[in-house]
Amino acid sequence: MREVPIDKIIEVVRGLFIAANTQLGQDIVEALDRALEKEESPIGKEVLVELKENAEIARREEVPICQDTGLAVLFVDLGQDVHIVGGDFIEAVNEGVRRGYQEGYLRKSACHPFSRKNTGDNTPAIIHVNIVPGDRIKIAVVPKGGGSENMSRVAMLTPAVGAKGVIDYVVQTVEESGPNPCPPLVVGVGIGGSLEKATLMAKRSLLRPLDSQNPDPELAKMEEEILSRVNKLGIGPQGYGGRITALGVHIEMAPCHIASLPVAVNIQCHAARHKEAVI
Amino acid sequence: MAEPVRLTTPLKDEDVEKLKIGDKVLLNGVIYTARDAAHKRLFDLVNEGKELPIEIKGQIVYYVGPSPAKPGQSIGSAGPTTSCRMDSYAPKLMALGLKGMIGKGMRNQEVIEAMKKYKAVYFGATGGAAALIAKTIKKAEVVAYEDLGPEAIHRLEVEDFPVVLINDIYGNDLYEEGVKRYRIED
Repeated sequence: MREVPIDKIIEVVRGLFIAANTQLGQDIVEALDRALEKEESPIGKEVLVELKENAEIARREEVPICQDTGLAVLFVDLGQDVHIVGGDFIEAVNEGVRRGYQEGYLRKSACHPFSRKNTGDNTPAIIHVNIVPGDRIKIAVVPKGGGSENMSRVAMLTPAVGAKGVIDYVVQTVEESGPNPCPPLVVGVGIGGSLEKATLMAKRSLLRPLDSQNPDPELAKMEEEILSRVNKLGIGPQGYGGRITALGVHIEMAPCHIASLPVAVNIQCHAARHKEAVI
Repeated sequence: MAEPVRLTTPLKDEDVEKLKIGDKVLLNGVIYTARDAAHKRLFDLVNEGKELPIEIKGQIVYYVGPSPAKPGQSIGSAGPTTSCRMDSYAPKLMALGLKGMIGKGMRNQEVIEAMKKYKAVYFGATGGAAALIAKTIKKAEVVAYEDLGPEAIHRLEVEDFPVVLINDIYGNDLYEEGVKRYRIED
């Protein structure tokens, strides 16, 4: 068993949330460059240029890309040969979130659903743990903004609608979201599994680099088709009209019940913030 | 794009009458922040016939909950939040003389009608350009509801704060027109 002290986990989580909120991924920067070449709308181009300038300021001055620094979502791949010592793992992750949001000047957005009272430190974090072989811990953080999350949807479709029905549902979800989730978007799609599995896959798919190809050729083709249809909607950057409504579409799929066809669409704004580290 | 229009608050009817959708506008002067919780409080005060903590006539409200300022900054990152959550409150504030709203995303029909009736406009700021926008905010101070933290009402002094006109006083909507123009039917 390899021992990992909780202090190490606290430090890594703290740093990842600050980095994810202040440094736009290089894959996104490059996608914005490609989008600028394709966008025809003058106002749309101007928005894309602003987003690039914004990313440069955020990186240089270590300030948040967006004031909505998100709820703290994490995906943890925990090696089964790791022994966590010195305290409670979940509490360590929350302490990392607490310190990252406080010391990184990030906005705390977690509140009680009814009273709307802020929890004050952006905890509790939403932590998805997966046990994997090995003696490492991979931690991926996804600060998730409210504007794009609010436009996300999940549906239990009738199996008879098939792949076309799934594609139509994803395109319709993007169309209905219009300007609200701050396009250009990254669209995460989870197909199959159960209700919660579909949603989880949709979110996890957002971790994949934007310029990477889906390893499953069938899904790669489906991603291309959805992206092409979404970019015909005309919504464009910020919804002001244009060619680039989404920068990418990512799909994860799993077997589902013989009676079901779950599909989840997790809408993400242009920043698609995520950072990961291996301990 | 055409040259931007420069406007200074407080706005008058003449200022908003000349604006049309898609106009790039640079705002100067004072604007006030308010989002969900502050709107609820303002709305309750109006309903009780009480005085508001800010002068709303001719003013612009910015839907934003900024991130905390770092030492040396006047404000943290400060991009727009989704406006539709303020739709149920907005017409009442326009009736009191509010001339402009800044946010992102669609407004409902009631808000669009109120903009026509009271001669008010809706500006879009670029969602996700929060660090860039913050550069145009020269001074920020909390003037009401400090207990709400990022949702408190801030008085902002802005210089060339960049926005785009989404809804004018004539019932036009940039979101609708933009999509019509660029949509490709399969």
